[in-house]
Amino acid sequence: MLDALTYPFDGSQIVAQKRKIKKQLLGCDKPIIKKNVAILGGSTTSEIKNILELFLLKDGIQPVFYESEYNRFYEDSLFDNPELNAFKPDVIYVYTTNRNLKNVPDVNISAEEVKALLNEDYCRFEQVWMTLRNKYNCEIIQNNFERPLYRLLGNRDCYDIHGKTHYIYKLNGLLYEFAQNNEWFHVCDLDYVSSDYGLRQWQNPRNWYMYKYALPIDAIPYLAYNVANIIKALYGRNKKGLVLDCDNTLWGGVIGDDGVEGIEIGEENAEAEAYAEFQRYLKSLKTIGVILNIDSKNDLNNALKGFEHRDSVLSKNDFVEIRANWENKDRNLADIAKSLNLLPESLVFVDDNPAEREIVTSQFSDVVAPKIDSVENYIQIMDRQGVFETVNLSDDDRHRSEMYQKNKERQVLQQRFTDYGEYLRSLEMRAEIVPFEQMSYGRIAQLINKSNQFNLTTRRYSQEQVEEMALSPDYITLQGRLIDKFGDNGIVSMVIGRIVENECLVDLWVMSCRVLKRNLELAMMDALVRECQKRSLKKILGIYIPTAKNVLVKDHYETLGFMKMQKHDGDITEWEFPLSSNYVNKNTVIKVN
Amino acid sequence: MFTAIEKELSYMKKEIILEKLNGIFRENFDDDTIVVSEKTTASDIDEWDSLEHVNLMAKIEKEFNVKFELREMLTLKDVGEMVNLLEKKIGV
Repeated sequence: MLDALTYPFDGSQIVAQKRKIKKQLLGCDKPIIKKNVAILGGSTTSEIKNILELFLLKDGIQPVFYESEYNRFYEDSLFDNPELNAFKPDVIYVYTTNRNLKNVPDVNISAEEVKALLNEDYCRFEQVWMTLRNKYNCEIIQNNFERPLYRLLGNRDCYDIHGKTHYIYKLNGLLYEFAQNNEWFHVCDLDYVSSDYGLRQWQNPRNWYMYKYALPIDAIPYLAYNVANIIKALYGRNKKGLVLDCDNTLWGGVIGDDGVEGIEIGEENAEAEAYAEFQRYLKSLKTIGVILNIDSKNDLNNALKGFEHRDSVLSKNDFVEIRANWENKDRNLADIAKSLNLLPESLVFVDDNPAEREIVTSQFSDVVAPKIDSVENYIQIMDRQGVFETVNLSDDDRHRSEMYQKNKERQVLQQRFTDYGEYLRSLEMRAEIVPFEQMSYGRIAQLINKSNQFNLTTRRYSQEQVEEMALSPDYITLQGRLIDKFGDNGIVSMVIGRIVENECLVDLWVMSCRVLKRNLELAMMDALVRECQKRSLKKILGIYIPTAKNVLVKDHYETLGFMKMQKHDGDITEWEFPLSSNYVNKNTVIKVN
Repeated sequence: MFTAIEKELSYMKKEIILEKLNGIFRENFDDDTIVVSEKTTASDIDEWDSLEHVNLMAKIEKEFNVKFELREMLTLKDVGEMVNLLEKKIGV
């Protein structure tokens, strides 16, 4: 049934079965986070809310909703609103459409007058965003505007300054400029979703006149899905890599049988072209931080030959982990995840064979395995999974593949040493451990929301909350960047400590699994101790809250020399570290700052 | 004699339409105890409010492969009128 929510889905089926689907979602025993989502609408939003809930629940987010009265988005934002204040939204979705524009340019007015109208419409919205932002300090999602119902000037409507099509195009431009300058502001591309659905069907005047719905009922799931993808990405639900089959996935044919000259890839015929375009698509995914891996039933040499084909877009070096063998694919996927220090569910399994997909998803129910059918559809199906929605694009994303490649080189180096300490010293590691820096807030929020394994408490904070803590005297914040002779790993660890009287409560301690077993956690401990000493604190208190994913750090505090305090009802453990002036640094292999 | 058969046929058509409508209602409200008759109105089903009405209409249009005109939708008072309208639209 959760299949009902997997792209490609049937919009009308989702609407018809929403109650049944919701029951099933609430019945799965899945870890869930709660988020307060306010929907401020310019038209009817009731069913949008219902369906959005389904898509969020599917990915472990339980939304609590605030819904404005019909077409009260403006009043609800600008005027005193005790109900919304009490609600404390994490995300506000401003659902407006071209029905909410005040002005339409008349053909007789001057260019200046058109500009003034545009400005008036735009400022009304900007006022809404700024007021909401100042009041609630939360993430804001705003629809752009879809194309109009009719074109008064025909084709000319799109370029004449008096055309409504042109007017909307200009207005969207202003919206995008605002988005480019404000990281907390996210555009829901209604213009794209409506075009993708089919504008003629989307513009459903009957639904507007009768119910004040600005879209058809069957289209609501497509819109809700699109919004859910943004929210999911904000809370770290994006996937991190692809695990790709080779034969009939990356090229046409079976390389073991057909030989490298026999496979379809390149410009020779329609099928070869389609595979080449799919490979180019994968290569561009790599540039936004998606890690590419191979899971193929082939002899290793045969599989690799495919990438030596003169027309192959992808080369062996584009992949981080390559498993070409006769092992079951689910085992290979688990092995790849392990090598990358990722959870299997962070990976997307791409295989043209439904039986292989079944094997993988039956072992790992949270692994997404898109139902790719025929090569010409691969890109569209992959693109609409919404698992790589890029709400922000950090340097870390751009260089992720490279950093994992470097990890492979480190592994090779490690094998040359019998003594692990000697290996660590040979890496010539250097760390920068400093309080949160303004330019790093985005990356820190990303790290907080994405880290599941090396995470002692799994508390999630938004970029705004990160900023608040960084500036508050009640908190100790530390970010850690690790550099070694292979390159810069970026900011890969962070600690937040809350100061209560003369104790430091460790609220959050997170590290990227890219840098496990490099002693960075020791260096972070040293830095934390120094910060506490600066403030003359007496104790550090740690807490471990177990989840399905963080067993890795069960003994973290014990290893660092903390003493165990009382045990809670659950498996939560509390730890205490008395501070003394003769603290000796635990880290000896990383040069700090 | 002839009109009697016609009447009976029309009755059967209505029964078939009603049965299909019943299925749509049960799915929409996820409730297998719902039984709609020609006399059923929105006040008879707890969750049948104006917002659910929109969904029902969309689903009915899809299932019967028809499009209602604005005016037709405005005149519907109970399920019986919906049955009549559908009978007319699908031209059985």
